[in-house]
Amino acid sequence: MRPVGVAGFGLLAVVVSVAAFGPVLWGDQATVVDTGNLLAGPSAEHWIGTDNLGRDLFARVLVAARLSILLALAATAISLVLGIILGAAPILVGRRLGRLITSAVNVLVAFPGLLLVLFFAVIFGVGARGAALAVGLAGAPAFARLCHTLVAAVSERDYIAAARIAGVSRLRVLRRHVLPNIAEPLIVNATMAAGGVLLTFAGLSFLGLGVQAPSYDWGKLMQDGLNGIYVHPLAALGPGIAVVLAGLAFNLTGEAFAAAPNRTFSLGGPRDPAGVTAPVPGAILSVDDLRVTIPGPAGPIHAVRGITFTVEPGEAVGVVGESGSGKSVTALAVAGLLEPPVRVEANHLVVAGEDLTAAGAHRRLGTSLAVVFQDPMTSFNPAHRVGPQLAEVSRFHQGMSRKAAFARAVDRLRAVRIGEPERRARQYPFEFSGGMRQRAMIGMGLMGNPRLIIADEPTTALDVTVQRQILELLAEVRRDTGAALLLISHDVSVVTDVCDRVLVMYAGRVVEELPAKDLRTLARHPYTRALVAAVPDLETDLDRPLAVIPGLPVDPTLSPAGCAFAPRCPLADDHCRAVAPELLAGVACHRSGS
Amino acid sequence: MGHPLKSRWPRFALRRAGRLLVSLWVVVTASFLMIHLVPGDPVRAALGPTAPADLVLAHKEELGLLDPLWQQYAAFLGRLFQGELGASISTRLPVGETIAQRLPATAELAVAAFLLSVAVAVPIGVGMAVITRRGRGRRAELAFTGTNVVVAAIPDFLLGVGLVYLLAVQTNVFPVAGRAGLDSYVLPVLALAIGPAAVLSRIVRVEMLAVMEADYIRTARAKRLTPARVHLVHALPNAVTATLTIGGLLLSSLVAGTVLVENVFAWPGLGSSIVSSIVAKDYPLVQGTVLVYGVGVLLINTLVDVVLALLDPRSAIGES
Amino acid sequence: MSVLSFQEVSVRYGAHTVLDDVSLEVAAGQTVGLVGESGCGKSTLARAAVGLAPVTGGRILLDGEPVPTRGRRPVQMVFQDPYSSLDPRMTVGETIAEAMPDRPGRKARQAEVARLLALVHLDAARALDLPGRLSGGQRQRVALARALAARPEVILADEITSALDVSVQGAVLNLIRDMRRDLGLSMLFISHNLAVVRYVADSVAVLHHGRIVEYGPTAQVLGAPRHAYTRQLLAAASPLKEHT
Repeated sequence: MRPVGVAGFGLLAVVVSVAAFGPVLWGDQATVVDTGNLLAGPSAEHWIGTDNLGRDLFARVLVAARLSILLALAATAISLVLGIILGAAPILVGRRLGRLITSAVNVLVAFPGLLLVLFFAVIFGVGARGAALAVGLAGAPAFARLCHTLVAAVSERDYIAAARIAGVSRLRVLRRHVLPNIAEPLIVNATMAAGGVLLTFAGLSFLGLGVQAPSYDWGKLMQDGLNGIYVHPLAALGPGIAVVLAGLAFNLTGEAFAAAPNRTFSLGGPRDPAGVTAPVPGAILSVDDLRVTIPGPAGPIHAVRGITFTVEPGEAVGVVGESGSGKSVTALAVAGLLEPPVRVEANHLVVAGEDLTAAGAHRRLGTSLAVVFQDPMTSFNPAHRVGPQLAEVSRFHQGMSRKAAFARAVDRLRAVRIGEPERRARQYPFEFSGGMRQRAMIGMGLMGNPRLIIADEPTTALDVTVQRQILELLAEVRRDTGAALLLISHDVSVVTDVCDRVLVMYAGRVVEELPAKDLRTLARHPYTRALVAAVPDLETDLDRPLAVIPGLPVDPTLSPAGCAFAPRCPLADDHCRAVAPELLAGVACHRSGS
Repeated sequence: MGHPLKSRWPRFALRRAGRLLVSLWVVVTASFLMIHLVPGDPVRAALGPTAPADLVLAHKEELGLLDPLWQQYAAFLGRLFQGELGASISTRLPVGETIAQRLPATAELAVAAFLLSVAVAVPIGVGMAVITRRGRGRRAELAFTGTNVVVAAIPDFLLGVGLVYLLAVQTNVFPVAGRAGLDSYVLPVLALAIGPAAVLSRIVRVEMLAVMEADYIRTARAKRLTPARVHLVHALPNAVTATLTIGGLLLSSLVAGTVLVENVFAWPGLGSSIVSSIVAKDYPLVQGTVLVYGVGVLLINTLVDVVLALLDPRSAIGES
Repeated sequence: MSVLSFQEVSVRYGAHTVLDDVSLEVAAGQTVGLVGESGCGKSTLARAAVGLAPVTGGRILLDGEPVPTRGRRPVQMVFQDPYSSLDPRMTVGETIAEAMPDRPGRKARQAEVARLLALVHLDAARALDLPGRLSGGQRQRVALARALAARPEVILADEITSALDVSVQGAVLNLIRDMRRDLGLSMLFISHNLAVVRYVADSVAVLHHGRIVEYGPTAQVLGAPRHAYTRQLLAAASPLKEHT
């Protein structure tokens, strides 16, 4: 557990035990009137002095813990229960009434808690009970809002729909499916809210609207002490410190629950830097023994486990594989877009003549390397217009003026067949359709003079008819600019359509490398053959079951000694399981001959 | 997609104005009902058990409490439209006058504290996000969150008390209380601003961290821009939306938070008058003050929404 | 075995028409494929049949009676995203058992869960696992088992393979074909992938902008398409032609 969590729990334990046993242990001491010691300063006998009746303030602070904590918890409980009822109402009472409740909550939540507290304090009158009700009611809208947001997020999940279709009642859906799935964030928030309520209470009593004499909580003690702050400040600050400590106890505990996932994981030592090699001459992209390691909770994930390949000028190379094969990570590594703590290692990694391991190389790639990402919906900055986002490349790398760069952006949008490019350039990305955005993204790559285009699943997020247009556009761009293409896809047919050469990846390695036209017919690796056979096309034999690959993909945190595909391979023998095959003559398989 | 865009602004204005009106009505009605929700006899409570019965009756008649509820409501609304808020029970002064006198002091305090907390929080939040993203800078993160949690756990009035003790009583750098010269603003504004600055800087950091993982930031990096440009031009504007939403809530809670701080510093604002009038059960004054606070909060929220819509055009259409 | 028929079904959200006068029949024991692009209304049609989308016009009938939209539906649905369709806090067994009609006793329930898991080719021991321990393909099988547990007359399969990896997709498609053969289920199979629909469906309906533009036996629609949009879809699914 993290130190924050330990501190939080420890502090909370102390605060709760003081609240539980304080009045029993120090109750008498706190009420002893010592007329010879009125308003005394700190001494060995009275650590933080005495009040106007000569009562020991330290004891009183300890005794006040119970009332302060109980009031805070009571008010939090009121807020929480009301909040859950109001927040979950839309599930229970139907759409129309639910919407009414939600908008009422939205109006109420806009008012600061303290204002609501004051409002309710007027109605319930001054005093501990009134204050508890006031603070509790005032906190309800915020909880209702939170609860509503959480419920709405869970309600969109398909398992809620499935349960309703299966005839599960609304109440049972709430109890079995919704509440368990929102309990965790609710508890975290309630814990932190309890800390906040504690402070609010202290404030109310401090103002004289909360606990009334002869009862006292920390706020009341502070109010009493404030008058004498010039004489002895500890009388006011002492209970204040108690409030802060108790507030911290709740907040840190909540924090410890909430912040659990944000952790660092060790990667193990870096590898020996010895084997630096020279790039293949003439290649636009040359990679030797690329390894990418990502820290993960169950140990480092070896996403790419040593791959070597080149792309010649003007060539189109495809990388296929299933999710988790490391193909996208390879693309990001080659594009130089992976950042620590992800570790990228290679004997060399040279793109368009720039060694990516050298300083300054990145900036020079601005005009010679274009990257197209999978999801055009999220790859444009929603806060800026499309034209300036393209123009930025030329302004930044080619020193163009704002006007010239914008004109070039319009020209490039026209080049990727976007109608009315002048108008479109002035629009925001959300005004573009998915296909249009992907065109604009390709246009962005064309602002410079790309020698290599890296496209990571450029059509996966698009409709089938649009996919075709984007692939044709990529082919056209390549013809016009002579740029090479590295195309990443899970779709065998996309890669065979567009590429000259294909790399097949499995578990972070290239298992086979072959001309694209041979992929369907001349593949030698059992995985490649299974991958091709598993995908039905418009000529698939309808009378036979589809080929399937048995078993599950390799756990990426493990490094199997032998061939990673061996556990799923019908041909595997003991040798396969013991010794990892090298990529030789285009295939990494001991049994490729059989 | 052309059509909804053309009618975006009028529809946004209509919807937002509608919400403002409904909320205003809620505030007005709530402040009207407040007196009637008080258990027992409010006037008797205000004047004390020793007040003669005919005086209580006279006050009730003056406040219109003897009429049927709907008539009182109508009269209340009618008076409100003429800017009439009634007279204080204890001082007999018109409530409107008292509020007009005290409001500027409160507003100054709240706005100054808000500007200070934003000016401090945004750079700190952005800086911390850049330093600590992707699990880097563990020490910096621990120090930041640690300080943040501690600061957020100190209530503003306690902070005020502490500041008074340190900078006014001990060292006499700033005045202890009251509203005189510029230096009298320093401590109250600090006391009000430090907590919200902590909360806001934390939100800025969280938002920046989330935005920096977005696909479009990867796109910006693929354009090989400098890190500063990526963070300030591409990430920050997108983090501002959520920051501003919270910032609006902060500003309105700052307005309310002045209540406590004003009491510490004997600041002649609305906050000190509302507390004394609640204790004195001076209901017309409480009613008027709650109304002013409520309307102020609503206006701030509306302003924030409009600014948001200008900054982020999606929020104007994506609301329904 | 029942007939599910959509009769002139329209779904509108405000001024936005998602489905416009859609008529479609899923005959007893038949699998009807519904193809179209995202946003064409495919999923809405399925959701309308189980009461998850409001029908603004027309009727949805099961054997001539309106499909009930409260309580246990005789029409069950399997969703696209296997990561969102199982409650992460319920075991596989609980999830499946929850859909069973008239709450059987513990013994009977366990036996039924085991039977259903076997039906979708999963080990009975999986009943005790939480969904977090299952792969996407395994989750989709559990979702199918849950749908079967409700003893449905018709199953609506909404893009059930599109979130799966290709090596897993084949296994789920084989399972769908086995189930149709062995259980004689009527099914509406929704997909954007023509090759997948061709593999499992007896007949195909093509949905475009909320309207059915073509309907007929699978071989006929895909072999000799009559509507321009169907031809466009087919062209998109065939290998890219050379453009030189």
